Amino acid sequence: MIEIDIHKKLQGAEGEMLLQINSTIEKGSFTALSGVSGSGKTTFLRILAGLEKAEGEIRVDGEIWLDSVYVKPTQQRKIGFVFQNYALFPNMSIEEHLLFVNKDKTLAKELLDITQLSALANRLPATLSGGQQQRVNLCRAMMNQPTLLLMDEPLSALDNTMRTKLQNEILTLHKRFGTTTIMVSHDPSEIYNMAERVILLDSGKVIEDGSPKEVLLKTSGSAKFSFEGKLIDIVQVDVVYIAIIAIGQQLTEIVVSHDEIKHLTIGQMVNISTKAFSPLIKLT
Amino acid sequence: MIEILQNLDMTPFILSFKLALLTTSILLVISIPLAWYLSQTKSKMKPFLEAITALPLVLPPSVLGFYILVVLSSNSFVGAFFEEMFDIKLIFNFTGLVVASCIYSLPFMVQPIQGGFESLHKNILEASYVAGKGEIETIFRVALPNIKPALLTGLIITFAHTVGEFGVILMIGGSIPGETKVASIAIYEMVEIMDYTAAHIYSAIMVLMSFLVLLSVYIFNAKQAIKIGKYHV
Repeated sequence: MIEIDIHKKLQGAEGEMLLQINSTIEKGSFTALSGVSGSGKTTFLRILAGLEKAEGEIRVDGEIWLDSVYVKPTQQRKIGFVFQNYALFPNMSIEEHLLFVNKDKTLAKELLDITQLSALANRLPATLSGGQQQRVNLCRAMMNQPTLLLMDEPLSALDNTMRTKLQNEILTLHKRFGTTTIMVSHDPSEIYNMAERVILLDSGKVIEDGSPKEVLLKTSGSAKFSFEGKLIDIVQVDVVYIAIIAIGQQLTEIVVSHDEIKHLTIGQMVNISTKAFSPLIKLT
Repeated sequence: MIEILQNLDMTPFILSFKLALLTTSILLVISIPLAWYLSQTKSKMKPFLEAITALPLVLPPSVLGFYILVVLSSNSFVGAFFEEMFDIKLIFNFTGLVVASCIYSLPFMVQPIQGGFESLHKNILEASYVAGKGEIETIFRVALPNIKPALLTGLIITFAHTVGEFGVILMIGGSIPGETKVASIAIYEMVEIMDYTAAHIYSAIMVLMSFLVLLSVYIFNAKQAIKIGKYHV
């Protein structure tokens, strides 16, 4: 179990901001950390990793990682950190990355097998795709046999297919090694698929904390589904108008009346929901 | 022509290269920790240290030579200390030249290496710390192997700069044949006594060697860029 009670002054976009987090994280759990950019997610991870200073206390399984007199050095924390920008060593092949952390060749082989990198073991980072680089980053983190795995938006730079693949690999590794995992993510479906718990940060404070279902599902009233999307265009077809709305990567056409378009501006974020057959569009 | 070449005294060249080799080796050992410290520190002392390190770049060699002469002479504390303790004289001999060259060429080694260290994304170094590696292991296994072009630039420029040194050497070493009379001083003397043939030959050798050294650096750096240059964090 990780007990956290920390605070740190940050220089945010809107002046000074206090990052203040008081929480406990269960051993072996998978927690997602979400929130707008600048809300302190990355800093929080870096404090847990010992890469940044903070006031307060962190205890991991009763062991002190941070208190008013002692800061446990990053090197001794036995953690894994998956960096958003991969941060691979340009001079090392994939296999060398893994053995750099830990000389255990059996473990390295197992990790490379799980992530399907075995065939590329001797390649340098410059010759790898984004997805492959992120896998190396992940394997390197796992080589430390971490009690705590911290991931800073590990999948944000990847396309959808690669995301799904890596989500599964991350879950496999999380279960196989019984790691306590904290992952920063912005993607609700990713969080829903992977995490048991979501902590939502805003301006350095926890504003919501619960299961992904409680925090993320936002259908209200009798609506059966509800999507947030961006209004791309409105075209007139005979007497009706068609609104073209992007929901994620998907474009949809929704029929709107002449009265409705008066309230819509192109580029606006809108909410699309339906009760039965006729979709409704309302402003968000 | 062949006769002239055969009679050519190569001692000044050998001396120049011996001096440059020693200076470069010593500076490499000193500069790696210094450049690392300067690249990583957030201390308020950093600008002061950087300014002191860069001072030999802007000072006239005569000023630098003068101060080194004052400090190393047997009348000063430093000079007297070395003479008493180790029986080493530090001026008007080769040892003095090495000490002076190390001071004079320091920025040429420190600055490229520091620039190299600073160009590494901090996440790369942090990835090494997270993996349980200390700073020294991180420097040798992660930082240095990834700044080879900067390292090579530092080595070559320091070497070349020491070979081309003139003013400081004249102040500290004078022109003692086989001891402090390096190539640049020898050329100066040849011009003084109007032996233009010898001056031409010596100068041509210097130009040719300098060109070849620089050419090999650029070829190496171009190859490195192809090998790992595509990977930018």
